[in-house]
Amino acid sequence: MSEQKTRMVPIPSQGIIPERDLNATPVLECRHLGIEFGGLKAVDDFNLTIGKTEIAGLIGPNGAGKTTIFNLLTKVYHPTSGTILFNGKETSGMNTVQVNRAGIARTFQNIRLFSTLSVEDNVKIGLHNSMKYSTVSGILRLPGYWKNEKRMHERALELLSIFDMQDLANHTAGSLPYGAQRRLEIVRALATGPKLLLLDEPAAGMNPSETAELMVNIRKIRDTFQIAVMLIEHDMKLVMGICEGIAVLNYGRLIAKGTPEEIQKNPVVVEAYLGKQKEADA
Amino acid sequence: MKKMSKTFINNAITYALVIVAFIVMTILQNAGVLTRSMKGQLIPICVYIVMAVSLNLVVGISGELCLGHAGFMSVGAFTGVVAAACLAGGVPNPTLRLILAMIVGGLIAAVAGVIIGVPVLRLRGDYLAIVTLAFGEIIRNVINCLYVALDGSALRMSFNTPVVQEAARTAEGIPFQVLINGPQGATVATKLATFTMGFVLIIFSLIVVLNLINSRSGRAIMAIRDNRIAAESVGIGVTKYKMMAFVISAALAGMAGALYSLNYSTVTASKFKFDTSILVLVFVVLGGIGNIRGSIIAATLLTVLPELLRAFNDYRMLIYAIVLILVMLTTNNPRFKQLRESLAEKLRRGKGAGNESEGGV
Repeated sequence: MSEQKTRMVPIPSQGIIPERDLNATPVLECRHLGIEFGGLKAVDDFNLTIGKTEIAGLIGPNGAGKTTIFNLLTKVYHPTSGTILFNGKETSGMNTVQVNRAGIARTFQNIRLFSTLSVEDNVKIGLHNSMKYSTVSGILRLPGYWKNEKRMHERALELLSIFDMQDLANHTAGSLPYGAQRRLEIVRALATGPKLLLLDEPAAGMNPSETAELMVNIRKIRDTFQIAVMLIEHDMKLVMGICEGIAVLNYGRLIAKGTPEEIQKNPVVVEAYLGKQKEADA
Repeated sequence: MKKMSKTFINNAITYALVIVAFIVMTILQNAGVLTRSMKGQLIPICVYIVMAVSLNLVVGISGELCLGHAGFMSVGAFTGVVAAACLAGGVPNPTLRLILAMIVGGLIAAVAGVIIGVPVLRLRGDYLAIVTLAFGEIIRNVINCLYVALDGSALRMSFNTPVVQEAARTAEGIPFQVLINGPQGATVATKLATFTMGFVLIIFSLIVVLNLINSRSGRAIMAIRDNRIAAESVGIGVTKYKMMAFVISAALAGMAGALYSLNYSTVTASKFKFDTSILVLVFVVLGGIGNIRGSIIAATLLTVLPELLRAFNDYRMLIYAIVLILVMLTTNNPRFKQLRESLAEKLRRGKGAGNESEGGV
């Protein structure tokens, strides 16, 4: 699992991205992003830049607003202030569907699979926009249907094989064990052909060996698809192990940004997680 | 590919069931074994099967409760009558005329589906159900005061009785035919509906619905049913696919309605009351939500049952209700389900099919 350390370099807009991504447009740039729910600032002045092939981590105590940021990025919520640049283009005015078509895919903290459908169908629904044939040719079973369905079937199995799940293709998604459901959500998100993959607690409910495997697979996904991954996770071993840049959130505000080493040493982060040194002594 | 073949077999059984039933009934009919009341039931059974299959598309596949399905049926029924009358001169072949009338009925019902779907599909759950109920009643009430007449070769439509005009026109020597006469309903010149066409319509609706379910659009519809938020997150436009299910369902109901009305000499709007919507919903629920074959069986049995119970006279509806309750209880009883599954398991073992791999992980 050892890989050469990425060198993180500063960029003009006050962030750091991996050196290899320096010449490409950052996949994501959040500028002064914020949202208020009736006076409560759930997220306030959030700034973040993610490189084209970076694995970024978003951590923070419970209720810090991490999932809210995912919801802002995918337009489940619309920000009340600030801008989101995806591949250099503003996403304001887009809705969830359009954001996905633009190239942001996500998984959910509380798993949201199409649980009555088969594993393969779940992935095929992810492929919905990449393989098209009209409804009429579907009903009349025209050649377009057979050609596309065959390709979809092959592509679905190919994607499932990333997590070695191709043998589960015919199982009902809801009947899978917890860990497999999480992996299926990632496959489904990948099927939409994203440039940025948002993973909301991908390792939740997984045992240590599953988590270790997940780490390898997330890296593999980044390398094969050449995409950026942003993940929310409480498992520090996973976060420190694979993330190149980490942002720490507390009470809706960004309290630290940096490489895993910097974050581990940062006293503000330690305080947010463990409380102040004095209080701990008292 | 195992799963593909599983749905394929499942669909094949459904088609086979319908085809065999059609052949058996045709033979019985030709042999003269069927009583008159049984013969009279054949076309309504076909109509109700199509109604149940189409409603299952909305309730079972799309997961929205629609209580106004009879409204679409009535739109199709009355436009079907009008279309058949208009085409009487131009298309002498009765079968072709029936097909055209059904297509027109289906199209107009689809238009009604779009008009109603736009506001209704913004709602969810109970609210959607109540609004569809209201729309069903609105359609019925509008038709109840609608007058349509064939004036020479022109079609006249109004909310006032055209009887006065009729006298004037007849005096002028222009043929004037009242097609829909408000609360008195529509008059059908020639009964065009045949059992064969009923069968064809069933097969058509099965092809549409079953092929839709197993296609890209069908998967999108089911994805929205299973998890709307997740469906949006993978780039599926919710409104488009909900609308698609709703409109296709309305169109099929309209075609069934046209077949229904062209089976009688008169049709009134009161035939398509809320009761009819509920009746069709009962077929769907009893046959199993999302289960197309179940809808077919339930629609057949529950249409035949009241006729079979005629011998019980006054107690007919009481027994009908008790049968309904019993069937609902037994099919939803977990113990009964277990029993059924263990029986199926035994049957499978008995066949010696040991290649079935264990499902658990």
